Amino acid sequence: MSGPSTYQPQNGFLKWLEKRLPIGGLIHSSFIAYPTPRNLNYWWTFGGILAFMLGVQMITGIILAMHYTPNVNMAFDSVEAIMRDVNYGWLLRYVHANGASMFFLAVYIHMFRGMYYGSYKEPREVLWILGVILYLLMMATGFLGYVLVWGQMSFWAATVITNLFSAIPGIGDAVVTWLWGGYAVGNPTLNRFYSLHYLLPFVIAGVVVLHVWALHVVGQNNPAGIEPKSDKDTVPFTPYATAKDAFMIACFCIVFAWLVFYVPNYLVHSDNYIPANPAVTPSEIVPEWYYLPFYAILRSIPNKLLGVIALFSSIIILAFLPWLDTSRVRSARYRPLFRQFFWLFVISAVGLGYLGSKPPEGIYVVLSRIFTLYYFAFFLIILPLLGIFEKTKPLPNSISEAVLKAKA
Amino acid sequence: MTTVSSAAHTRRDFLYIATGAVGAVGVAATLVPLISQMNPDASTIAAGAPIEVDLSPIADGQIIKVFWRSKPIFIFHRTKHDIELAKDVNVSSLRDPEPDSERVKPGHEQWLVVIGICTHLGCIPLPHEGQFDGWFCPCHGSQYDSAGRIRKGPAPKNLYLPPYQFVSNTKIRIGEESGTTA
Repeated sequence: MSGPSTYQPQNGFLKWLEKRLPIGGLIHSSFIAYPTPRNLNYWWTFGGILAFMLGVQMITGIILAMHYTPNVNMAFDSVEAIMRDVNYGWLLRYVHANGASMFFLAVYIHMFRGMYYGSYKEPREVLWILGVILYLLMMATGFLGYVLVWGQMSFWAATVITNLFSAIPGIGDAVVTWLWGGYAVGNPTLNRFYSLHYLLPFVIAGVVVLHVWALHVVGQNNPAGIEPKSDKDTVPFTPYATAKDAFMIACFCIVFAWLVFYVPNYLVHSDNYIPANPAVTPSEIVPEWYYLPFYAILRSIPNKLLGVIALFSSIIILAFLPWLDTSRVRSARYRPLFRQFFWLFVISAVGLGYLGSKPPEGIYVVLSRIFTLYYFAFFLIILPLLGIFEKTKPLPNSISEAVLKAKA
Repeated sequence: MTTVSSAAHTRRDFLYIATGAVGAVGVAATLVPLISQMNPDASTIAAGAPIEVDLSPIADGQIIKVFWRSKPIFIFHRTKHDIELAKDVNVSSLRDPEPDSERVKPGHEQWLVVIGICTHLGCIPLPHEGQFDGWFCPCHGSQYDSAGRIRKGPAPKNLYLPPYQFVSNTKIRIGEESGTTA
């Protein structure tokens, strides 16, 4: 997508096709000849891992849909039938359930990498915002899928999350009834969640195309945070990036396989193996680990509407990051102060995750409030001011100079 | 290419505006069924008809749970002590100020009927738990007193009262206020 294609079709059929649909040239310029910065490290392989995980989730999901029944009386049993009766059903379901966790693990690393190296800065704002949209879609899809199991945690997660909308002044209750299709979470809710859980991955795939398109227009950021200036600064996507991505996907799959084959229920709450019971709320409701930081933010605020606003703001604020960070230097390598505040941010985000899994009392509440405060202060106070007051280190003249200096 | 002056109204202008107007009305009209289909359907509404509950088997101090419109309804047969506790509160100090008399029907103050859904995020509070002889919500720690009023925790409102009326001294009809239907 950068400049005229250098693609030369090798055989007669490809020449014939290229004149009618230049798809070969598109693939060649996007994934073979595409220049990537020569200093990319392994943190840059998580985009490829995410694309791979989307594929895994779609394939296993479409298969699970062949055996699942979205009806309140049969959903839980059909999931158990998948586990016990369907050939390799246990494997497909464990891959899908743990795949969601691996998907989120990869997206969090991908996001932290983007923040550390300033990948959201001009001219990559749209690329970053598309990423935030993808993350939101992933959260929605993950939640909808979790409800389909129709265990106790599924049912009460659906109740709590849909009730977030009841905080909207005036129309809140009407909105929630509309979401449920009834007076409480029930069969209509399960049916529509199933329909949307099937739909959203394809929406994600569509936005991924836009994300990759935007990436290929502006080019990849890199650990030095400076733009490539000459051919010496870049290497072709194939074989360099392809090989690196493939190697990391293989490493990632080893961790994934360990989770699936050795501790498949490690990340699952045992209460979700109890069929949904609308009459009894489990003694503790905990969301999946990948929502815990936001859950902790919700609970840290002792007012319903403000808590819900804080929860949604903590995600939406990411979309404004390109403008909240006023520094023109991208990479944290050359921003000594930012680096310290960044790691504090990572600690508070992970810390909120830990606190979200704890009961909302005593020291846990106090710590949640401190971390929540830091979470928002990082975006709204620290980042805007750092750009003005921070003394950054001198940037290298080019990527190749940075690489060769590090080697020497 | 046409050379007609843009100031003159042409048949093309008319068609452009007419098509746009019909299109806008059409889109708006199409949205109605697309959005409305998600609201409760006829069978769900029919199943939400009023129910009658016989109160005579409920012992002093007992809280029972019945379902109306898929919602749990708590019926609390309050003891004298519970009623005194509920009355002996400075109403203006409450988050959602309501005197005990507004929480029950006149002449039936031993009966508290509330929707058993925490007004925070919809969990079912546990009866006879918490510091106020009422309910405790296990999800986020809201506590309600013996009149179902929010006393502690993140919930913004008292437990909601369902529409109901006494058909006799020992029988209530949930889903219907005297004279009106919910």
